Amino acid sequence: MLAQIARRLATAIPSIIGVIIVTFLLTRVLPGDTAAYFAGPAATPQAIEEIRAKLGLDKPLPVQFVAYVKDLATGNLGNSLTTGQPVLDDLRARLPASAELTLLGLLLSILIAVPLGILAAVRQGSWIDHLCRIVATAGVSLPVFFTGLLLVYVFYFRLGWAPAPLGRLDFFYSAPPDITGFYLIDSLATGDFETFRAAFSQIWLPAVTLAIFSLAPIARMTRASMLAVLASDFVRTARASGLKPSKIVLGYAFRNALLPVITTLGMVFSFLLGANVLVEKVFAWPGIGSYAIEALITSDYAPVQGFVLAMAILYVLLNLAIDILYGLVDPRVRIEA
Amino acid sequence: MSLATATDAPPARDNLFSHARHIMAENPVTGIAFGLFALLVVAALIGPYVVPYDPLASDTAAALQPPSATHWFGTDQLGRDIFSRVVVASRLDMTIAVASVALVFVVGGFAGLAAGYFGGWTDQIVGRVSDTIMAFPLFVLAMGIVAAMGNTVTNIIIATAIINFPLYVRVARAEANIRREAGFVQAARLTGNSELRILLGQIAPNILPIMMVQVSLTMGYAILNAAGLSFIGLGVRPPTPEWGIMVAEGASFIISGEWWIAFFPGVTLMLAVFCFNLLGDGLRDLVDPQRRT
Repeated sequence: MLAQIARRLATAIPSIIGVIIVTFLLTRVLPGDTAAYFAGPAATPQAIEEIRAKLGLDKPLPVQFVAYVKDLATGNLGNSLTTGQPVLDDLRARLPASAELTLLGLLLSILIAVPLGILAAVRQGSWIDHLCRIVATAGVSLPVFFTGLLLVYVFYFRLGWAPAPLGRLDFFYSAPPDITGFYLIDSLATGDFETFRAAFSQIWLPAVTLAIFSLAPIARMTRASMLAVLASDFVRTARASGLKPSKIVLGYAFRNALLPVITTLGMVFSFLLGANVLVEKVFAWPGIGSYAIEALITSDYAPVQGFVLAMAILYVLLNLAIDILYGLVDPRVRIEA
Repeated sequence: MSLATATDAPPARDNLFSHARHIMAENPVTGIAFGLFALLVVAALIGPYVVPYDPLASDTAAALQPPSATHWFGTDQLGRDIFSRVVVASRLDMTIAVASVALVFVVGGFAGLAAGYFGGWTDQIVGRVSDTIMAFPLFVLAMGIVAAMGNTVTNIIIATAIINFPLYVRVARAEANIRREAGFVQAARLTGNSELRILLGQIAPNILPIMMVQVSLTMGYAILNAAGLSFIGLGVRPPTPEWGIMVAEGASFIISGEWWIAFFPGVTLMLAVFCFNLLGDGLRDLVDPQRRT
């Protein structure tokens, strides 16, 4: 098992190299003066020249690339002009907020989409099957920032069930002690139910927004793969042997149908990480997405570059985790490897 | 397939039309999607000439009015007519989507064709480039590209084309690959056609239907992506009417109850994407009946 994980780790290396080359190209080769970006909008020509020399942008490209990789290896992503902090520190401080939101959104979406997909496959042609189809088609058409705003209007303005979309915690409350960085977990761990309730009231609406967005591919894939498995020989045998339907569906069919669903998660994460940026903007969520947007508006380039790189590496790692999970769920993959 | 067409073997075109009618009858939603699509095209073509108000003219006396008979979709904080702005915006949004899809159709389609047909190092290079693009969360990559190349509409088009590149490559590559040794290709080769000529003259027309499905399916995604980028302030700048930026402008008014500013451009955007997704599904049924769901 360990050897297999090591082998999978090795397959992630070309992706990481590709990511590093692309982020390098994005900053150094494409039109647009990097030195002017880094100097900020109000810089004088001399200041830009100085920065150009300081950043090593007057050197040949391969030399610049080596310097870039060296910087990355030491965790140096440059400084943000707006916050004055190293980009790496900023990203690290804001990552838990984004991760908590994204993971809660994904969890919600799995909890709804998987049962929906299973029921749609078991009762093919019933109302629940049609519901599943509508969800799958509508879900991919909804602009996530628009769903977010609609939910804010309905649940904040009309019904008053949610607080104003202004971040992770109302300003009456102080953040729970930093254990995992996830407010929900930290407040529970310290037994602070008041803060937990406050944090939950802030997070549920953006999490639902993300969940609605990612429902569609998961539900569609669950339905399709359940249909394929339910038509297979071993399910017929199980039925013929008189096993309880619940045992067949949940015990045998579902475990086999899970594999394509896990594979889909990779694509779902690609969408989710992008959608997260938009949702963070709608709900003023203090994550890395809104950090990147603030930096974009002020033409503060280092944070944007750091953000793209961090997201890409995160995504490669998530795909790796999905691969390993796949091996855990499916013993056949382990034997073949 | 209707039974009548099988016996008297009419020209292929009739067959296609009857097949199209059959699919429409079976799935009226596709018909609705075609209607919506026609509406969008009309709005994009003649919208600016028929809207009741100037989309840029502000009228502070009439600011923040809810929808009424004079302002069908209400007015925004500067008193601009939202209906006019939504209609006029369709041209820009459609232009971005069509241009980016056309770009990736040509570049990605050709790269995929070449990769599937020639194999070898062509395949290797194209595959590596696609893999690298796929290693990024796509919207984040688009953000990075627009931020690096400069904040213009052209760059939004290029970025949207780049993130769709792997999809086109995959389809074109697979389709070209299964046809590279087909009878008609070998015949063309025997009669002395050059490889490039076979690729463009024989294989490309054959995979065109499948590629058109891809075009329709990615069109919705292209619109969503462009609107998402302008929502966060990339590409299109105010006061230009564009759906994403209009939703962004209306966002701050949602919490004080002025829902119409963000609602109408948002719904239009959603309907446009929905329409293209349905059209894509319909086209796929038409082109590839086996994959019908």
